Amino acid sequence: MSEFPKEAQCVVIGAGIVGNCLVSHLSDMGWKDIVLLDKGPLPNPGGSTGHASNFIFPVDHSKEIVDLTLESQRQYEEMGLQNTCGGIEVARTPERMEEFKRRMTSAKCWGIPSSLLTPSEVKEFVPFVSEDVILGGFYTPSVSAVDSLETGTQMRKKAQDAGHLAVFANTEVLDIETSAGRNKPRVTAVVTDKGRIECETVVIACGVWSPRIAEMAGATIPLTPAVHQMADVGPFDVLVETQQELAYPIVRDMDTFCYERQTAGSMEVGSYAHRPILHRVDEIPSNEEAALSPTEMPFTADDFDQQMEEAIELMEFLGDGEIKYAINGLLSLTPDANPVLGPTVEVENLWSAAAVWIKEGPGVGRLMAEWMTHGYPHVTDPHGADITRFYAQQRNVHHIEARAEEHFNKTYGIVHPREQWATRRGVTNGPVRARTDALGAFYFEAGGWERPHWYESNADLVEKYAIEGREHEWDGRWWTPISDAEHLHMRQHAALVDLSAFQIFEVAGPGVVSYIEKMVVNKCDLPVGSSIYTPVLNHSGGFRSDLTILRLASDRFRIITGAFDGGRDEYWFRQNLPGDGTVHFENRTNSICTLGVWGPRAVDLLSELTETDLSQTSFPYGSHQEVLIAGIPTEMFRVSYVGDAGFEVYTPMQHGLALWDAITDAGPPFDLRPVGAAVYGTSGRIEKGYRLMGSELEDEYTPLEAGLARPKVKAADFIGKDAYLEERKEEPCAQLCVLVMEDLTCDAGYERFPMGAGNEPILTADGSRIVDVKGRVSRVTTAGNAPSIGKYLLMAYLPSNLCELDTKLLVMYQNETYPVKVAASGANLALFDQSNERMKA
Amino acid sequence: MRILVCVKRVPAPGSRINVTENGLNVDTAHLGFTTSPHEECALEEAAQLAEQHGGSVSVLTVGPAEAEEQLRYAASVGGNEFTLVLNDTGQDWDPQRTARTITEAIAQLEADSGVFDLILFGNESADAGGYQVGVRVAVALDRPMVNGIKGIEIEDSSLVANREVDGGLEVYSLLTPAVLGVKEGINLPRYPTMKGRLASKKADIQVAQIEALPGPQQLVRLHRPEEKVTETEVLGTGPDAASRVVDLLDELGVL
Repeated sequence: MSEFPKEAQCVVIGAGIVGNCLVSHLSDMGWKDIVLLDKGPLPNPGGSTGHASNFIFPVDHSKEIVDLTLESQRQYEEMGLQNTCGGIEVARTPERMEEFKRRMTSAKCWGIPSSLLTPSEVKEFVPFVSEDVILGGFYTPSVSAVDSLETGTQMRKKAQDAGHLAVFANTEVLDIETSAGRNKPRVTAVVTDKGRIECETVVIACGVWSPRIAEMAGATIPLTPAVHQMADVGPFDVLVETQQELAYPIVRDMDTFCYERQTAGSMEVGSYAHRPILHRVDEIPSNEEAALSPTEMPFTADDFDQQMEEAIELMEFLGDGEIKYAINGLLSLTPDANPVLGPTVEVENLWSAAAVWIKEGPGVGRLMAEWMTHGYPHVTDPHGADITRFYAQQRNVHHIEARAEEHFNKTYGIVHPREQWATRRGVTNGPVRARTDALGAFYFEAGGWERPHWYESNADLVEKYAIEGREHEWDGRWWTPISDAEHLHMRQHAALVDLSAFQIFEVAGPGVVSYIEKMVVNKCDLPVGSSIYTPVLNHSGGFRSDLTILRLASDRFRIITGAFDGGRDEYWFRQNLPGDGTVHFENRTNSICTLGVWGPRAVDLLSELTETDLSQTSFPYGSHQEVLIAGIPTEMFRVSYVGDAGFEVYTPMQHGLALWDAITDAGPPFDLRPVGAAVYGTSGRIEKGYRLMGSELEDEYTPLEAGLARPKVKAADFIGKDAYLEERKEEPCAQLCVLVMEDLTCDAGYERFPMGAGNEPILTADGSRIVDVKGRVSRVTTAGNAPSIGKYLLMAYLPSNLCELDTKLLVMYQNETYPVKVAASGANLALFDQSNERMKA
Repeated sequence: MRILVCVKRVPAPGSRINVTENGLNVDTAHLGFTTSPHEECALEEAAQLAEQHGGSVSVLTVGPAEAEEQLRYAASVGGNEFTLVLNDTGQDWDPQRTARTITEAIAQLEADSGVFDLILFGNESADAGGYQVGVRVAVALDRPMVNGIKGIEIEDSSLVANREVDGGLEVYSLLTPAVLGVKEGINLPRYPTMKGRLASKKADIQVAQIEALPGPQQLVRLHRPEEKVTETEVLGTGPDAASRVVDLLDELGVL
C-alpha cells in the first residue's frame, strides 16, 4: 500500500459516483495532488451508489438537471458504460396524460427525441404490459442504464494513472480541522484513522453521511437519509430468454410512483410511493454492522405491499416471481429535492457535492471540478443546486425532514411550476403579517418568507375590471383573476406591496468604495443618495446576480436583492470581502422592513403623510432620502419594478406595522389597495420587460445579451470585467426579447397560458428548435399576462437574426404550438409606457 | 400428512454483532429480523413434503408480537396454519421453559386437529444456539428425534432421515409421529413470490398465551469477542506486483 500522505492539495471524501468522477475531472483540470478517501472497501464502499438502479430518464422540466443529466450520459457513453435501452413512462390517469404533454414540451425544449404512445404501442415495446390499466405512454429512446461502479473505478484509475490521485479505502474520517481564515474558518487538515492529511481544500461527497462529515468542520449540508424501497423479482422465462441485461425499455409506472427495470432474468421493482421513511445519519449502521451494506437497510415489507399489487396489475407475471432481494435503500433528500453543491457557507475551502443521483453524477463531477478550478462552472448555472441557497432556518433537521417528507412522494408526482409547500409555513413572516392575514392574503413562499401573492379582499375588483378566469384547471392552478384586477387597480389608483422578504445587506468602512466597485459592473462611487441597479458577474462574465445598491453615506452602501437569491448573494459578497478588515458586512434583512407604494396616486398619498417634498424635482427617480412618514423614520427610494410612480419605503422592522397602518389609513381617498407579488413579480414586471435573476439572468448569458450593458464601462476593476470587455468587442449572438402571443387558442378551442417555467421552447415558424451559435436553446424565461395592454407576453433569448420586431415564431406549451411575434428586444423591453413617463411622473 | 415446523424470529446481523448495554440482548437498532436459516430449510422441506405427499404445514413460533412477521413469511413460502405463542418479556425464555411452552402448544394443536406426523425444528437457533429445544420437546412428547438432518424421505408410516457425518451418512428410519432437527443445506429454500407475499397478509394467525415453568438456565451476559482486525495489503497492480507476490509466497513457504 502506498504510504499514507501527510499533505495534499485536495482531499475528496467519499468514493461514490460523485467523488470518483470529481477526482477524475480535477485531475484533467490540472489538480496534481488529490487524495480520495472512503471508509468502505472499493469498488463498492457501501454508499447509495452501490445499490442504485442506475437508470437515466433524461427528460426533466428543469434545465439545470437536464444539463447535468445529458452531460452525464455523454460521459457514460464515452466510457462505454452506458446501455441505451429506451424507457417508457406509462399513465393510468388523464392528469398524467396531460403531464406527458408537458414532458413532450420539455423534451422538445432540450432536444431529446421522445414520443407519446397509445397503450397498444406501449405493448409493442413491452409485450408483458397490461394495456387495459394504462391510458398511454411517454417514450424516450435515449433512456439508458449505466454501470456506476465501473464508471467510478475507471474514473479513479484515470486520475491515478495520471499520477494525480492517491486512493485510500477503508479509511474513516474522524475530524476536519479548521483554523481562522480571512472572514471565517478555513479547512486545514483531514484526520483519519490512518493518519492526518494537511490540505488546502476538502470536498464532502459522502452522500447520506455528508451532514455528519460537514459537522466535523462546523458546516452544514442540509440533507436527510431517506428510504427508497426496491425488490428484485424473478426469474422470468420471458426475460431469461432475451439473454440480455436489458432487452426491454425500462418502464416507469408514473401514477403508482413505481418502476420496473429488467436486470437480466429478473425485474427490479422500485417505488417512491411508500410512506416517507427518513433516518438520521446516526441510525445508519457501519459497514461491519450492516447485514448487507450500510445503505441497504432491512426491507420493511408492509410498506411495499401496495406497490407489489400495483406492479402485478401492470405486469401480471410479476406475481409469480420470487422476491430474491429487497431493501430499504438509502438515498439523500434535501429540503427542495435539488442537489447541494458548491462551497459551504460556513467554512472556507470546504465544498459539498451531495444529494446527487446516478443520472447526474459524472456531470456533477465535472461541474464541481470547474467550479473549484475556475470559480464558476460551465456545465450549467447551478443556482438551483448551490448549497448557499438555503437560509439558516432551512438548514436544520426540523426543516429538512419536514420538507423531505413532503416531497418524497412527489418524486414521480405531477408538480405544478407554481406549487407551494404545505409544511414549515409561517416560519418567517414580515411585521405586517397580522394585517395581510386580515385582508385574506394568499401567501407564496419566497426564500422561506411568507409573501402575499394576492388578496382575497380584492375579489370585488375582478368584476370591476372584468377579468376572466382560465378554462384549463392547470393554467388556473395557484393563480387567480384577482391578480390581474390588482394590477389594473394599481395602474389607475394606488397599490401597497409587502416587500418584507427583500434581502438587505449593508457594507461599510474605509475600504468600501473599492470593494463595492470590485463586486459589480456599474459604477457605485456616486453621490450619497444615488442608487445603482447593476449586474453582478462571475469571472466568466455571466450573471451571478442583479441587484440594487443605495449609497447611504460616503462609506456605507445598502445592497438590496430578492428573497430567492439572498443566500447566494450574501455568500458572494462575504466571500469577496477584503481580508484587511476595511469593510464590514452586515445582513440587515431581519431589521429592515420594506413596503412598496406605486400607482398614479401613490406619490400624492405619501405626500399626505410627510413634510418632505416628494416631487420629481426635489426627489428625482432613482434617488433616496431619509423621510419621516407619519413620524416614522424611513429611507424612501424612488424606483419601480412595476412601471408606475412610487417608492420603496424602508423602515426599521419595529416600525413596519405602524408604517403599514399609516399608509392604509391614508389610503381611502386614493383608493389604495394592497396588491400581491403576482403583480410585483410578474405582470407589472413583464409589462416593463424587467429581468429576473434565475429566469432571464443566469451565468450563461451576459449583460450585453440581457440588454443590461451600459454604453461605457467604468474605469474601476470588477469581477468579470475581462470577460465583459471581451464580450463587448462583438455584437451579441443572442438577445433577450419580449414576445407577444398572437393567439392563445388551443386545439380544443379555448385559451391556454404558458407558465414561463423555463421548459417551453420558442420554435421557428416551421416548428424547429432554435439554438444559438453558443448552443443555447431559445425558451420562455418568463410568461405572464400584461393586463394593461391586453396581451399575454413571453420573455426569451433569441439568436440575433430572429430578434427583429414582428418576427413570427411559435411557442410550445403542453405539446401544442401557438403563434408569437417579437415585440421588443435590446435594452428597453417595455411594452407598457415605453418612455417611462409614468414612473417619472 | 400433518407437519409442524417450529421457527424462531432472530436478528439478521452483519459481521459485527453489537450487544445491548445490559449485555442481555443483541442490539438490533440497525437490524432486520429473519427466521433462523436451519428453520427456513425446515419450512422448505415441509412445504416440499406436503406438495409431494399431500397434507398441511403448520408453523409455530414463540416470541414477541413482532414474530408475526416470521409467520407471515412462512405463509408466503408454503405454510398453512400459524400459531404465535407470545413472549412479551423482551428476553428469550430459557430452553426448558421454551420447550415446555412448545410442548403445551403442540398438545393443544393436536387436541384440536389431530397428531402431527412430523415435527421439524431447525438444528439450532441462529442467535442463542442452544441445541436443546427440539430434543426436549421430542422427549416430552415421547417421540423419536434425530438432529442434524440433511435429507428426509417418506415411506408409508415411517420416514428415513439422513444425517451427514465425516466421511458419509447416517441413515435413520423412524416411525411417525417423529421429530427431526433439520440442518441448512438439506434444500435450497424458495423465496416468497410477490403473490405469496400478498396472500400471506391474509393468513390467519392464532395468538396464544402459555404459562410454563422456567428452567434453571439463565443468561448472565453476552460478550462480544475482540474483533480480529485483518489488514488487506495491495501488493501492486499489473505486472509490477509480481515480485512482491513471489516474495510473499516464498515467505509463506509455498514456493
